[in-house]
Amino acid sequence: MSHVRILVGTRKGAFVLTADGKRQRWDISGPHFGGWEIYHLKGSPADPNRLYASQTSGWFGQLIQRSNDGGKTWEPVDNKFAYDGVPGTHQWYDGKPHPWEFKRVWHLEPSLTDPETVYAGVEDAALFRTTDGGQSWRELPGLRGHGSGPAWQPGAGGMCLHTILLDPGHPERMFIAISAAGAFRSDDAGKTWRPINRGLVSQTIPNPTAEVGHCVHRIAMHRSRPDVLFMQKHWDVMRSDDGGESWHEVSGNLPTDFGFPIDVHAHEPDTIYVVPIKSDSEHYPPDGKLRVYRSRTGGNEWEALTNGLPQSNCYLNVLRDAMTVDSLDPCGVYFGTTGGQVYASADAGDSWSPIVRDLPAVLSVEAQSLP
Amino acid sequence: MIRVILPAHLRALARVAGEVKLELEGQATQRSVLDALEACYPMLRGTIRDQVTGQRRPFVRFFACEEDLSHESTDAPLPDAVATGAEPFLIVGAIAGG
Repeated sequence: MSHVRILVGTRKGAFVLTADGKRQRWDISGPHFGGWEIYHLKGSPADPNRLYASQTSGWFGQLIQRSNDGGKTWEPVDNKFAYDGVPGTHQWYDGKPHPWEFKRVWHLEPSLTDPETVYAGVEDAALFRTTDGGQSWRELPGLRGHGSGPAWQPGAGGMCLHTILLDPGHPERMFIAISAAGAFRSDDAGKTWRPINRGLVSQTIPNPTAEVGHCVHRIAMHRSRPDVLFMQKHWDVMRSDDGGESWHEVSGNLPTDFGFPIDVHAHEPDTIYVVPIKSDSEHYPPDGKLRVYRSRTGGNEWEALTNGLPQSNCYLNVLRDAMTVDSLDPCGVYFGTTGGQVYASADAGDSWSPIVRDLPAVLSVEAQSLP
Repeated sequence: MIRVILPAHLRALARVAGEVKLELEGQATQRSVLDALEACYPMLRGTIRDQVTGQRRPFVRFFACEEDLSHESTDAPLPDAVATGAEPFLIVGAIAGG
């Protein structure tokens, strides 16, 4: 019987939720690191019991925790994230140059093949890598240094590198996204980078089609078709069929195309999920109804998924790293809310139920499918 | 012997209960105490002072002998009562929030 492990990062600790393949009854472990913000936890695809967690605090800074037993025990590893060379400046909210300053790790992306190698996306936006299981971190400076870095500006949530996608078909290729700089691609394992934002239109920047400056919220891909990317932008849901060389809008009949997360069904590369949010100032669902929207056509045609979700007086948000899928059959879909609920669907979104209702605000949700 | 009292979250991180006792060679200063503390408990590196700049984190304070020493030079001698172990050196998470 297969199992599922759900890794949940919250404002006040981490939680590990486990169930068998039916995904009906859940065991809940936590809080781990109680009182600390856990921006993200993720397991190694090459060794599912090797987990990494980003633990932060306004008082005590950044820690990275590692587990070798699926989250039962943890050990702190290196937490020194020093920018390569002289960090230089990016733009501040007032348009003036502002020195790059490390604040926190938003996202940890373990290598697809090596449990010791992990990429870390940080604020102020940069990409770091460890190749020794977190014992040391080194920046991949080609991203900040490729040329447009001095023009990057923070979004309202900070200038964070929040998305890291590793291409399973091309081991040298990876995609990242930064708020509010946009999406970038490397074809040489992170040495050099270039913006991939052609086709994005953002009315919130002086030149709506600028090469950089777009507030990309999240990118997703299906591992069987890594040239097809789906993006939830600040406004607009976008799709690329050429590895990010160009994008076109697939918002279609969504009630609003603002939102944060986007993800792809584990077995159907054209089935995608978003959670529409009313607007960038009203960070809650339209009409007080929590609805996941699913497209089975790779965008444009969307259906509301409501069975089991609150359809009145619901005014929470779902953050960019707080939705995920498992790889069981049928595909499980999960998301966490700023209201502290973690919802699960064991039937690809047709019906939902809460695993837990009263956690601290959920920052991230990741699923592991285990034998 | 220097006695150090850590805030609860850092005691949990370092897996210690109660006071931490450190043996110092040379003069007791903020820098020498923190150097010794981090040598004994490497997981505390970066949690009290920034690893790159060496500066105290903004929401961390250093108290001793009913005085706030946070803004003293990191190389200034600590009070004799701290250096002799009569009084503890307190590392405090500042009150923040509503």
